[in-house]
Amino acid sequence: MVENRPFLTMLSHLVVILGLVIIAFPVWMTFVASTHSQQTMLQSPIPLLPGPYLIENYTQVLTEGYGRVGSTPVMMTLTNSLIMALGVAIGKIAISIISAFAIVYFRFPGRMYFFWAIFVTLMLPVEVRIVPTYGVVANLGMIDTYGGLIIPLIASATATFLFRQFFLSVPDELTEAARVDGASPMRFFWDILLPMSRTSIAAMFVIQFIYGWNQYLWPLLITTKESYYTVVMTVSRQANVVDSVPSWNLLMAMAMLAMLPPVLVVVFMQRQFVRGLVETEK
Amino acid sequence: MEKRVTFNQRWLPYLLVGPQIIITLVFFFWPSGQAIYQSVLIEDVFGGNSKFVFLDNFIHLFSDPGYYHSARLTVVFSFLVAAIGLAVSLLLAVMADRVVRGATGYKAFLVWPYAVAPAVAGVLFGFLFNPSVGIVAWMLQGIGIEFNYVINGNQALLLVVIAAVWNQISYNFLFFLAGLQSIPKSLIEAAAIDGAGPGRRFRDIIFPLLSPVGFFLLVVNIIYAFFGTFGVVDSLTKGGPGKATEILVFKVFNDGFRGQDLGGSSAQSVILMVVVIALTFVQFRFIERRVHY
Repeated sequence: MVENRPFLTMLSHLVVILGLVIIAFPVWMTFVASTHSQQTMLQSPIPLLPGPYLIENYTQVLTEGYGRVGSTPVMMTLTNSLIMALGVAIGKIAISIISAFAIVYFRFPGRMYFFWAIFVTLMLPVEVRIVPTYGVVANLGMIDTYGGLIIPLIASATATFLFRQFFLSVPDELTEAARVDGASPMRFFWDILLPMSRTSIAAMFVIQFIYGWNQYLWPLLITTKESYYTVVMTVSRQANVVDSVPSWNLLMAMAMLAMLPPVLVVVFMQRQFVRGLVETEK
Repeated sequence: MEKRVTFNQRWLPYLLVGPQIIITLVFFFWPSGQAIYQSVLIEDVFGGNSKFVFLDNFIHLFSDPGYYHSARLTVVFSFLVAAIGLAVSLLLAVMADRVVRGATGYKAFLVWPYAVAPAVAGVLFGFLFNPSVGIVAWMLQGIGIEFNYVINGNQALLLVVIAAVWNQISYNFLFFLAGLQSIPKSLIEAAAIDGAGPGRRFRDIIFPLLSPVGFFLLVVNIIYAFFGTFGVVDSLTKGGPGKATEILVFKVFNDGFRGQDLGGSSAQSVILMVVVIALTFVQFRFIERRVHY
């Protein structure tokens, strides 16, 4: 601080804290709703403090789902989301790091074409070309498969660019030394480049895990069987079903479970998360 | 930028770029090509037969008042999301930066909304503002405002904007905070010695130095509002009531899958592709500038 202005400092704290409270309020209400009985949640105004049904509600959604006949247990959708998020994160990192390695460390005919082919994918999010992409996946018979959920989403340039940027900053002396010692390119990649990229990989992993977990439209289209539903899509789907007597408590318990994993990842891997955000935008 | 030292191998590099190139070709170039191809076709309702109609789909689109409505709506929506989102996060970032320089304390509490899926954010706000049990709707009623986003189009749009802003606020905050922290302290001190108060310093030093970050965030937020908010809209309003929240990216999906109008939807996809490419271009031009500052 440049000068001491107690009033302004207090005001600043106040504004930030007020902001935090407002930002956290929707999640607080969701949590509160997930700890009450169905009856309590039907009378307005609803309570502002947690109730006694926490374990009951969460056990029910995890093992049985929303409670209607044929509803999907959240345990299953959470597992699917986890598979999808890990698949997208690991798949993206794996294919991008090797293609970035090829583009930076080799000279070969067509290199710039490959580079630009990857580059243009930066521009078009899947939502824009959703109908034909769905057609392609359907033609390949990938509806209702984990492959169909994951593979189309790993074709994106962000990670390739991040790794390219990083490889370009690696000193040439290392490559020279490796060559003098007779290391093959792959040996150099495994023993030198990959260990050096650890922090970039971690940063990328956090961002892509969240991206994969939070996918909504894609799993909505690609899955028709319940056994492939992801948690985010079931929450939204359930919210739009008009019930005569809605179970807000169960729906909000589902929403809490859908938010928890990515939020925990961000909170506990905050440094990697911030780094990933900033670096993918370079 | 190029490497001076490289490896010489004939087939290895192709093997290494192979996986990404194949996936890109199959899931990116092929569908994008199909979108362009289908945008000049009209398909029989019963499937199978399609006819080449040249630019008819586009002409049809541009003479459709529904499309204009959706386009205008998208512009208003993006403007609101970007303006409100940037203003709120700038305020929070400036305040947080003032009290704790190198702030980690407050940052930890502000990063997590980014991790909430847009579709889930939509559900949360739908619950808060639910006409029968929503706590905020109830409070509003207490002060005499009848809030019912299920039937009131303007209120529905406002709610979608609020949910979208909430979801994006941590992103904006982090970038603004990083921008603020990179402003040399000596500049601020010099201004303070010259007698500039906090308001004056913000207006004449901090704000201009922050404008590159602000401009970058503006583009990112517009792209987000255009394409990233599908989940919010779908789980909150489904484009309704009426067509009050049917933004372009939602219309592409709605016309293509629910309306089964493949040609029209593809034509819309093509238009959106042009918009994204233009926005990305603006962003890259700008980033180029930022590097040379």
